Amino acid sequence: MTEPLLAVRGVETYYGNIIALKGVDMDVHEGEIVTLIGANGAGKSTLMMTIFGSPRARTGRITYAGVDITKMPTHEIARLRIAQSPEGRRIFPRMTVMENLQMGAAIDDFAHVDEDLDKVFALFPRLKERIAQRGGTLSGGEQQMLAIARALMSRPKMLLLDEPSLGLAPLVVKGIFDAIRELNRTEGLTVFLVEQNAFHALKLAHRGYVMVNGVVTMSGTGRELLASPEVRAAYLEGGHH
Amino acid sequence: MSHDAPAAAPSIDWSRTLKDAVITGLIATAILGPFIGLVTVQDMEHRLILQTRWPLFLALLAILVVGRLLLQIFVWGRPAKPKRAPLALPPSVERIAAPFFIGLLFVFPISVLFALGPQGSIKWIDNYGIQILIYIMLGWGLNIVVGLAGLLDLGYVAFYAVGAYSYALLAKTFGLSFWVLLPLAGILASFWGIILGFPVLRLRGDYLAIVTLAFGEIIRLILINWVDFTSGYAGISGIPRPTLFGIPFNASDNGFAATFGLEFSPIHRTIFLYYLILALALLTAFVTTKLRRLPIGRAWEALREDEIACRSLGINTTTTKLTAFATGAMFAGFAGSFFAARQGFISPESFTFMESANILAIVVLGGMGSLWGVVIAAVALVGGFELMREMDFLKLIFGTDFDPTQYRTLLFGAAMVGIMLWKPRGLISTREPTAFLKERKAVSGSLVTEGHG
Ligand SMILES: Nc1ncnc2c1ncn2[C@@H]1O[C@H](COP(=O)(O)OP(=O)(O)O)[C@@H](O)[C@H]1O
Ligand SMILES: [Mg+2]
Repeated sequence: MTEPLLAVRGVETYYGNIIALKGVDMDVHEGEIVTLIGANGAGKSTLMMTIFGSPRARTGRITYAGVDITKMPTHEIARLRIAQSPEGRRIFPRMTVMENLQMGAAIDDFAHVDEDLDKVFALFPRLKERIAQRGGTLSGGEQQMLAIARALMSRPKMLLLDEPSLGLAPLVVKGIFDAIRELNRTEGLTVFLVEQNAFHALKLAHRGYVMVNGVVTMSGTGRELLASPEVRAAYLEGGHH
Repeated sequence: MSHDAPAAAPSIDWSRTLKDAVITGLIATAILGPFIGLVTVQDMEHRLILQTRWPLFLALLAILVVGRLLLQIFVWGRPAKPKRAPLALPPSVERIAAPFFIGLLFVFPISVLFALGPQGSIKWIDNYGIQILIYIMLGWGLNIVVGLAGLLDLGYVAFYAVGAYSYALLAKTFGLSFWVLLPLAGILASFWGIILGFPVLRLRGDYLAIVTLAFGEIIRLILINWVDFTSGYAGISGIPRPTLFGIPFNASDNGFAATFGLEFSPIHRTIFLYYLILALALLTAFVTTKLRRLPIGRAWEALREDEIACRSLGINTTTTKLTAFATGAMFAGFAGSFFAARQGFISPESFTFMESANILAIVVLGGMGSLWGVVIAAVALVGGFELMREMDFLKLIFGTDFDPTQYRTLLFGAAMVGIMLWKPRGLISTREPTAFLKERKAVSGSLVTEGHG
C-alpha cells in the first residue's frame, strides 16, 4: 500500500474544554474520493477545519504528502494545494463571480487565471452567465458551484468539500456530484467529501467513514457501507438527522 | 435582476395622518414649551428672570410636525417597496466625472483669485479648499483601513498626529526641509501603524474599535504629558513653512514674490499649500485605485468580506492586515506633516477623538470603500461646518445670541441618523468591481446591482 496523501492519526480537537474529536484516524489516498458521513453535530466539519489548522488538533498528527501540517498556519496549508469549499460556502458576497474566482488563484499571484476560468466555466456553465453578478445575490446552488469553482482555481491536488448538497434541490445536487466525479476521473483530483446526504455521497465515493460523536465508528468502500445494516438504519432509511 | 416592480399606488389615510400630526404637535408643545420656549436668565442684579424664546420654539415645533407628516406620507404610509437599485452613475458620466472633478479642483483657486482678489479669496481657498482637501485625504487614507480592509479603526487621528509631530520636531530640531520630512513622516506613521497592528491582529469589529480608540488616546496623552519632548499642552509653534523647492513664501529678497517679480501677498503661500494638499490627496486616490487592482488590494477586500475564507485561499491575513494599517497610516502621516507645515503651530488639541470620529464619519457616510463617497461626505460635512459660521441670518430667527457653530454637532448627528436611515450603507454603496491583471472580459459596473448582505 502506498503512503496516503492525507493521513489523520489520533487527532483530538477541543472547543475550549469541550472535546469535539476524540482520536480520529483517517486516510485519503491520491486519486480517491473519500466521504465522511455522520449526523448533525458528529464532528465532521470540525475534522475538516482541523485538517486546515483552525481549530488546531490538540493531540495527534496530520500529514499531507509527507509533510506534517498539524501546526502549520492555515494559509500555508492552503499553499500545499489543498483547497476547500467550507461549511456555509463562504464566498465573498460583495465581490462579483469573476472576482471570487480570481481570488481562488491568489496563491499563485493570479498567474493562470484566464486558462483556469475556461476550465471551471466548462464545468459550471451557469457561473459564466453570472460572471458580473455579486456573489451574495446568487442562488444557493450557484453559490455552492462558485465555492467549488473558486477552490478549483487554486489548482488543488486535493479538494475538501463540506456538505455541498446542503439546502439544494436534488437536480442541482446531482449536477454538483457529477462535476466532482468528472474532476476525479479526468484530472485525478483527490476529494474528501463531508456529507449528511449519505446515499449520494456513498454512491459517489470510493471509500467512506462514518462518524458518531467525534469518533469514527465504521469505514469501508462506498458499496460496503451502503449495504451495511447499521448505516442503512441510521443514515439511509429516514434515520436521525 | 429588476427592482422596478411597479409600486402600488400609495393609499394614504388622511384623517389618521392629520390626527397623528395634531397629536405630535400637542406632545411637542407640552415638552418643548417649557423647556425651549421659556428660559431663565440672570439680570444685572443677579436676579433670575423668565424670558421667552417663542420663535425658536415655533421653529422646532414646525420641524417636528412637518417632519412627522412627511414621514407619514412618504415613508411609513407606503407599502414596503422592493429595494431600490443603488445610486449609480451611467458609465459615460462616470468616465468623465473624475477628470472633470480634478480639473475643477485645479482651476478652483485661480478662478476664485480672479473673481474675489487676493483679500477675498483667501477664505475660500484656505477655509474651504485646503480644509476640505485635508479631510478628503484623511478620508481616503482611512478608507483603505476601514472601507477596503474592513478594520474598524477609531484611532486614525493618532497617525495624523505622528505625522504632524514628526515634521514639527524634526524640522525645528534638525532644520530639515519639508520635502525630506514628508516621506519620513509617512514612514514613521506607517511604522506606528504596524505597531498598532500587531496587538490587534486577532481582534475584529467592536473589540478592534475599542483598542484602536484606546491607541488614539494613548498617543494624545503622550503628546500632552511628555512635556520635554512635545511641550505638552502648549504645543509647538514656529514650525518652518514649506518652500517651493527652496524658495520661501515671504517678503524677503529671495522669497517667492521677489523671485517671480510679483508683489508680495500671503495668498501666494495659500495657493501653494492648496496645490500641495491637492497633489497629496490625488496621490492617495491614485495609489488606492492602483492597489485595488493588485493582489494586495484584492486581499484587503477579501479580508473585509470573509477572513476565514481568505486564510483557506492561502492569503496571509497577518501581513494583509498590517499592510492595510501601514498604508492607511502612511497617508495620515503625509497629511499630518502637511497640517503642521500649514498651521505653523500644533498642539494635542488638534488630535482628539473627535477628529477620528469626523474622519470615520466621512468614510462611513460616504459609503465604505467609495472614493467618491468620501469626497461628497467631506464636502458636505467640512464645507457645511464652515458655511454654518456664516449663517448670520439665522440670528434673525433664533435671536441675536444664537451661534450656529454651536449646533454643529447636533446637525452632524442629525445628518448621520438621516443618512443611515435613508442609505444604511452610505451615500455611494456600490462597490466598483475591479478589472485587473490580464483580465479579458471587461466587467461593467453598471451591469451589477447590489443585493442584500
Ligand atoms: N466554534 C465552536 N465552538 C464550540 N463548539 C463547537 C464549535 N463548532 C462546533 N462545535 C461543536 O462541536 C461538535 C461538532 O460540530 P461540527 O463539527 O460542526 O459537526 P458536524 O459538521 O458533523 O455537524 C458539535 O457538538 C458542535 O456543537
Ligand atoms: Mg458541519
